[in-house]
Amino acid sequence: MPSTPQEHSSSDTTQIELGLDALEISNVAGRKIGERVLKAFSPLVALFVVLAIWQIAIWMTDVPNYVLPSPGEVLIALHTQWSSGALQSAVIRSFSRGFEGFILAILIATPIGVVLGLNRTLRNIFGPILLGLQQLPSVAWVPAAIIWFGLSPATIFAVILLGATPSIANGLISGIDQIPPIYLKLAKVLQANRIQKVRFIVLPAAGPGYLAGLEQGWAFAWRSLMAAELIAVSPALGIGVGQLLDVGRQLGDMSLVIGAIFIIMFIGVFVEKVLFAPIRLRTLRGRGFV
Amino acid sequence: MSVRVVDVTLSSVTKRFGEKESPVLENVNLEVGRGEFVVLVGASGCGKSTLLNLISGLDVATAGVVATSARSTLMFQESALMPWLSAGQNVELALRLRGFNKEDRIARAEELLAKVNLSNAYGKRPHELSGGMRQRVAIARALAQETPILLMDEPFAALDAITRDLLHDELIRLWQENGLTVVFVTHNVREAVRLGQRVLLMSSRPGKFIKEWKIELIEPRRIDSPEVAVLAREITDELRMEIKRHA
Repeated sequence: MPSTPQEHSSSDTTQIELGLDALEISNVAGRKIGERVLKAFSPLVALFVVLAIWQIAIWMTDVPNYVLPSPGEVLIALHTQWSSGALQSAVIRSFSRGFEGFILAILIATPIGVVLGLNRTLRNIFGPILLGLQQLPSVAWVPAAIIWFGLSPATIFAVILLGATPSIANGLISGIDQIPPIYLKLAKVLQANRIQKVRFIVLPAAGPGYLAGLEQGWAFAWRSLMAAELIAVSPALGIGVGQLLDVGRQLGDMSLVIGAIFIIMFIGVFVEKVLFAPIRLRTLRGRGFV
Repeated sequence: MSVRVVDVTLSSVTKRFGEKESPVLENVNLEVGRGEFVVLVGASGCGKSTLLNLISGLDVATAGVVATSARSTLMFQESALMPWLSAGQNVELALRLRGFNKEDRIARAEELLAKVNLSNAYGKRPHELSGGMRQRVAIARALAQETPILLMDEPFAALDAITRDLLHDELIRLWQENGLTVVFVTHNVREAVRLGQRVLLMSSRPGKFIKEWKIELIEPRRIDSPEVAVLAREITDELRMEIKRHA
């Protein structure tokens, strides 16, 4: 059978292939710097609206300032704490406690998540305990922790761990559940052993779920820490942001109470925006989700 | 005369997914020689994919013997590239699991991507590539495993016609260059005739081979050459009869 005139050579195939590739690859331009700056500052609009409504409410009603101080009074209270250095040391103390507890929680939760994520039997046995711990507000542990560990940093760490660990482990488990089965099949095709499978396929594939668990874990760690600091007040523990809030309550200083609440919220948002948001964006963008 | 080396042997293989279920494959016999390109064609549910899973060792036969002379690798309809790795790193992963060090791994992955005309795609993530490019990366990854047996489960089914034609050319070239033994599964009869040296038609429920064609057409063949069309017609008629049987 003679070859037909349309028959193409191997180099011809390569040329067609390269042409198709060039046509099919998408080149999406990145966001402009101006747009980025605008996006970063847009949440300030909401802050401004809240402050404006608050200030207007103060002007239009005659609520005494020990019930609701004005934004200016709160700022002054914070400034007083700042000048004495009390605010900085409270923020640093709380933040480092929270962060250390969070790291420890990651170290404990990750192996638990992997094992329960991959082993159905163990998950059936231990899963409900983990879920129960996640449902329980960790402040419920504070009285028990005080009895076990006294008014010591161990009490605070215990409460953080009990608050954060279940969220991180459960996030990782749901991340593992959502791995498309084809990746696990591929692990077999590539002849990965069990450890290689976890390291190179399961953990990265579960990345988005794990990250969501970490974010929730941090929020729980931070909340648990504040609850613990509010209840466990002792000179041995020093003053953290939670204790600062309690000082405000004891002194009947509403400006300090509201100021401390703002600081607690601000640190939570700060960690989310500065630590987690970039990691999340990178993870999702790298996988073509955004 | 040289002795024919057999890479894949199935003798009286039966596969059931539950004890009371009817078999997906029943009494299947197959021999694939070294360097042979065999295509299995059949309607949906004829157990083509199950058969590949058995050969690859992903699944075990209920009865009968499945033997391969060497390790095999399997390609799917989806490229199954890891979305968190670049094209190059996906190829590297296969090498890493074989114990290559970093330097050798990168050099070899570059070489393999060049083989599938993707030298410029090393750093691209899967979502930045077209379907055809992703499948070529998957081919490069399969080649990285350096298994003599390549099993392909409808690898081009989701691609457009032009891309599919190109990948046919590409696959035939790689098969010849590397002396691979290929078992290719498809429901596209023309594709089967375009690629295979031997085409086996499978019946459905239970799956078994009902007819075989040896294809001795001149290379390179094209999917739109008249001789491919004639043979494809003949096989399609048989396949239709087989499907009608289930009405």
